[in-house]
Amino acid sequence: MPKDGGIGASTKRREDVRFLTGKGRYTDDINIRGQAYAWFIRSDVAHGKINSINTAAAEAMPGVAKVFTAADFAGVGGIPCGWQVTDRFGKPMQEPKHPVLADGKVRHVGDPIAVVVADTLEQARDAAEAVEIDITQLPPVLDMKAALAADAPKVHEELTSNLCYDWGFVEENKAAVEEAFKDAAHVTTLELVNNRLVANPMEPRVAVGDYESHSGQHTLYTTSQNPHVIRLLMGAFVLGIPEHKLRVVAPDVGGGFGSKIYHYAEEAFVTFAAKTLGRPVKWTSSRSEAFISDAQGRDHVTRIELALDAANNFTAVRTETYANMGAYLSTFAPSIPTWLHGTLMAGNYRTPLIYVNVKAVFTNTVPVDAYRGAGRPEATYQLERVIDKAARELGVDPVALRRQNFIQPDQFPYQTPVAVVYDTGNYTATMDKLLEISDHAGFAARAAESAARGKWRGFGIAHYIEACGIAPSNLVGQLGARAGLYESATVRVNATGSISVYTGSHSHGQGHETSFAQVVAEMIGLDAGQIEIVHGDTSNTPMGMGTYGSRSLAVGGSAIVKATNKIINKAKKIAAHLLEASDSDIELKDGKFTVAGTDKSVDWVGVTLAAYVPHNYPLENMEPGLEETAFYDPSNFTYPSGAYGCEVEVDPETGKVDILAFSAADDFGNIVNPMIVEGQVQGGLAQGIGQALMENCVYDENGQLLSGSFMDYAMPRADDLPMFKVDHSCCTPCTHNPLGVKGCGEAGAIGSPPAVVNAVIDAIQRAGRTDITHIDMPLTPSRVWSALN
Amino acid sequence: MAKVTMTVNGKTVSGEVEGRTLLSTFLRDGLGLTGTHVGCDTSQCGACTVHVDGKQVKGCTVFAMDVAGAEVRTIEGMANADGSLSRIQQAFQDHHGLQCGFCTPGMVMAAASLLAVNPKPSEAEVRHHLEGNICRCTGYHNIVKAVLAASGQDVSQIAAE
Amino acid sequence: MQNFEFVKPSSIADAVAALGQEGAVALSGGQTLIPTMKQRLNTPDLLVSLTGIAEMKGVCHGEGGLLIGAATPHAVVAADAAAHYPALAALAGGIGDPAVRSRGTIGGSLANNDPSACYPSAALASGATIVTNRRSIAADDYFQGMFATALEDGEIITEVRFPIPQQAAYVKFNQPASRFALTGVFVARFGSGVRVAITGASNDGVFRWTEAETALSANFAPSAIEGLSLSGDGMISDLHGSGDYRAHLCKVLTKRAVMAAG
Repeated sequence: MPKDGGIGASTKRREDVRFLTGKGRYTDDINIRGQAYAWFIRSDVAHGKINSINTAAAEAMPGVAKVFTAADFAGVGGIPCGWQVTDRFGKPMQEPKHPVLADGKVRHVGDPIAVVVADTLEQARDAAEAVEIDITQLPPVLDMKAALAADAPKVHEELTSNLCYDWGFVEENKAAVEEAFKDAAHVTTLELVNNRLVANPMEPRVAVGDYESHSGQHTLYTTSQNPHVIRLLMGAFVLGIPEHKLRVVAPDVGGGFGSKIYHYAEEAFVTFAAKTLGRPVKWTSSRSEAFISDAQGRDHVTRIELALDAANNFTAVRTETYANMGAYLSTFAPSIPTWLHGTLMAGNYRTPLIYVNVKAVFTNTVPVDAYRGAGRPEATYQLERVIDKAARELGVDPVALRRQNFIQPDQFPYQTPVAVVYDTGNYTATMDKLLEISDHAGFAARAAESAARGKWRGFGIAHYIEACGIAPSNLVGQLGARAGLYESATVRVNATGSISVYTGSHSHGQGHETSFAQVVAEMIGLDAGQIEIVHGDTSNTPMGMGTYGSRSLAVGGSAIVKATNKIINKAKKIAAHLLEASDSDIELKDGKFTVAGTDKSVDWVGVTLAAYVPHNYPLENMEPGLEETAFYDPSNFTYPSGAYGCEVEVDPETGKVDILAFSAADDFGNIVNPMIVEGQVQGGLAQGIGQALMENCVYDENGQLLSGSFMDYAMPRADDLPMFKVDHSCCTPCTHNPLGVKGCGEAGAIGSPPAVVNAVIDAIQRAGRTDITHIDMPLTPSRVWSALN
Repeated sequence: MAKVTMTVNGKTVSGEVEGRTLLSTFLRDGLGLTGTHVGCDTSQCGACTVHVDGKQVKGCTVFAMDVAGAEVRTIEGMANADGSLSRIQQAFQDHHGLQCGFCTPGMVMAAASLLAVNPKPSEAEVRHHLEGNICRCTGYHNIVKAVLAASGQDVSQIAAE
Repeated sequence: MQNFEFVKPSSIADAVAALGQEGAVALSGGQTLIPTMKQRLNTPDLLVSLTGIAEMKGVCHGEGGLLIGAATPHAVVAADAAAHYPALAALAGGIGDPAVRSRGTIGGSLANNDPSACYPSAALASGATIVTNRRSIAADDYFQGMFATALEDGEIITEVRFPIPQQAAYVKFNQPASRFALTGVFVARFGSGVRVAITGASNDGVFRWTEAETALSANFAPSAIEGLSLSGDGMISDLHGSGDYRAHLCKVLTKRAVMAAG
């Protein structure tokens, strides 16, 4: 291993120094001389017809440059959706228009109606109060089932109903699944809600648009997880700007968790307005604004049924889910309840027959899209809850029931009945590891100790599988994706041997600058300090699809490996020339090229110098220089899996749930930086525990967001959580990417909600309340108390 | 507009502010000290935490004029005199107490004010003290570990595994 | 937020004079006021900061109890009241978070009388006296419903006088998001009897649970209130808990406060 940390080293993060000294450069830290400030006037009603907008008084106010409305965007495209789902009858989903600014109607609280641009933010906000907007309120559509009633008001008049699609998967198996349920010895049914969440990265979104009239060059600085995707969507579909005239920069980004994947109206607005006004335009979201303008997550209502035979083998799973799309289709919204959800309904189990039905519904709420896990937490939650419920109904140990039905280690690759092929895994091993690290054997004694204090202790288990490393482009293309999902890298070796790596992935907390450098350091045998990772700017990185779906190392890292291998191959040829040997005899070790079996060698710098000062160089056969680009398109998803165990204490007097311990045994395949991996899991666990116990996005009957700030949306704090036990020693390397890695970013948020809820139900049932078989998330004190009373 | 003068990270600074100018706005826009972040508008997240006369305050919930003449310290003033990371900052790096970095300045400032009055806090005391600082990335595990380590306590038993 | 003139007087007289102006609002820490101003829910023309007035700051133990200057931050009360009135100090040390406690003041909290704030329960249970620039007001007369107090225009709290009970405790059940009191109960036992004040629960703001006071005055033990209950009618009902839940918490927390005080 290189001395400064190669693959497997817990190398400290180089990016930390700037963050710890206040020298990070986030989008809101960017101010361009002469910039104006945008203030969005947003709908304060959930559904309404815009009768008129009078901007005259506002435009006359001090400092105001212009007030924009939908009329200004007449010649501009709408915000596009990046995924088209085909319904169970073979028809494309209903896809409504999504204007940059509301055109004729407002469809959710927060829908942007007009934008004031002024010299200062406060002037813009002052003038916003002078914009006269006349809206006739319409009855809002909020409940998904009610939205599908024949006489329900329509969110979009141009559509035939509020149904986006009615999806069946696998439709051909539907009849066989129904037969299996008829033949079942036991059927367990569970109706549940996967609560709507707000991603809430700590950095609110920001967009700064700049325009150079002499060159026609647009620049957008934005808080994005994928600047190339924004450039493609906004340039091609919204504003009609060719890529060479549009640069998108996502500098340091303060967390995303999915909410910064999507192309948002504010990005298009500042880019458009900067050209219109001939000056830079900046928009900074407040947190309150984020609650009504960032895409939200989850919000599924599901009925799941599990069929078992007389020997407790799972024979079939059938689900019916209503998935909330909100008022418009966000960039990847249609794919979440379908291809990222239905395909995971086999879980870790050999269930032979599965049918998933999803009805995606438009409502007068903020659009819903991917949030950490995206579809896979919803799948895991249903399955791991219904299995736990089945075990209780059958009087069997929930661990044993899972083990009995696990796909066994010798069954990989395993073709599930829901299209995907798991390449590798060992679920028995992760379950064993979990029971060990969580001291499951000692639980009874701990429960007795709690009981002596009047508290109810419970232990809950969940096992998860996820499909990460999104994804093979040809496959997702068949499934409706309107983009490829490869990743890219350019490795530029400089003349004196240092290396700049340009990646299409984007880091917003994941530590790519450190871990990607470790990969290259390991491959060449250099100090990682010799390697710089560059990301986030479309003007200098190759076209890449960005960071989400736990994909950056599995896909982006593989692109880096591929490009680095090209570098090594060429460097070996140069070395062979310098050493007057055959290419095939050159070995690279610890940054030194040696002729096999001899002491003839040339060091790394000797070769890189020769590449750029090609005096002694095979110019007739090879170009000078040492720079390679690679695109990597994976052949399959990766399938991380793991077993999670949660130990809770319930206060029966108040309903309060305390997490006493949480253990996670994950199989992420190979690990590049264990420290970073553990941090990713810990963060995911906090979000999953937050979903299970605290977080809830709630609208009232008028479509007003009740949980519209941190005063009412409960974010987990330091004293809500315990120290976590995180283990990743179980390792079945991915079989199809060069690093053997699977991805770790979402696991914690996927596996933890069912573990927490199973633990609470366990505590309640152990205390004798076997009548309580389910409580919907979040399990707040008042909800648990209400269930008990 | 009125002129306000205060000491920031040991230097006397002045600037023109309005009544409504928040300390965080004055630091970021007036002085270019963009390490102080603003993550909410309800005084909950703590990303804007700075020290005023040695006390931990939320820079977004204090008017610049209200702290005229005060000694203010921000994340930019936390490193050692030679520019190297201070003990607390170094512990955050050593123990991976940050990911996206956005809450980090506030966390470091909050940790510093805790250790100033409680040099050897318990885990529970650290967690309680950080209740006004929200982090969405780390799950707090490594932040708490970093603060304990910065206090000189042995954290080897708080390994992830 | 909308702009305003800002003054920071150094004497009560100057503050009162400034507050006599049209559109003037007192700022005493601002940990609640400033967020509402950001939302433009409060739009003063003149903001009068009270935290520069030395005579309104500090904790003093004397005859008749503890005297706390209205502009004293929670953190100072938490530290300086600990030796004399530990339950009050603990309450102050649990308000908001450390940064809120650095700036927020007892006078600001009592003047605002947020139905979920902690201090009103301590003032009411202790039988405190709210001293203003004009008069002294008994806590029983001071609190007049959610965000409503006996304060008149131009009247500012200068000091709060707390009689010190023989035994006392405050138990707060956090609203999980804001960490204000979803319900908080302050129990104070004096020679003359027990006082129980509850915050966070009622639509009418802080209130005394007189049935519990009677029962606990006779027998200062959790079991004394076993047979009592409060109705959920008139209790705050929101996404964090129903009126019935809050009514239930009132009893649970009262018992816990009695245990903690004992």
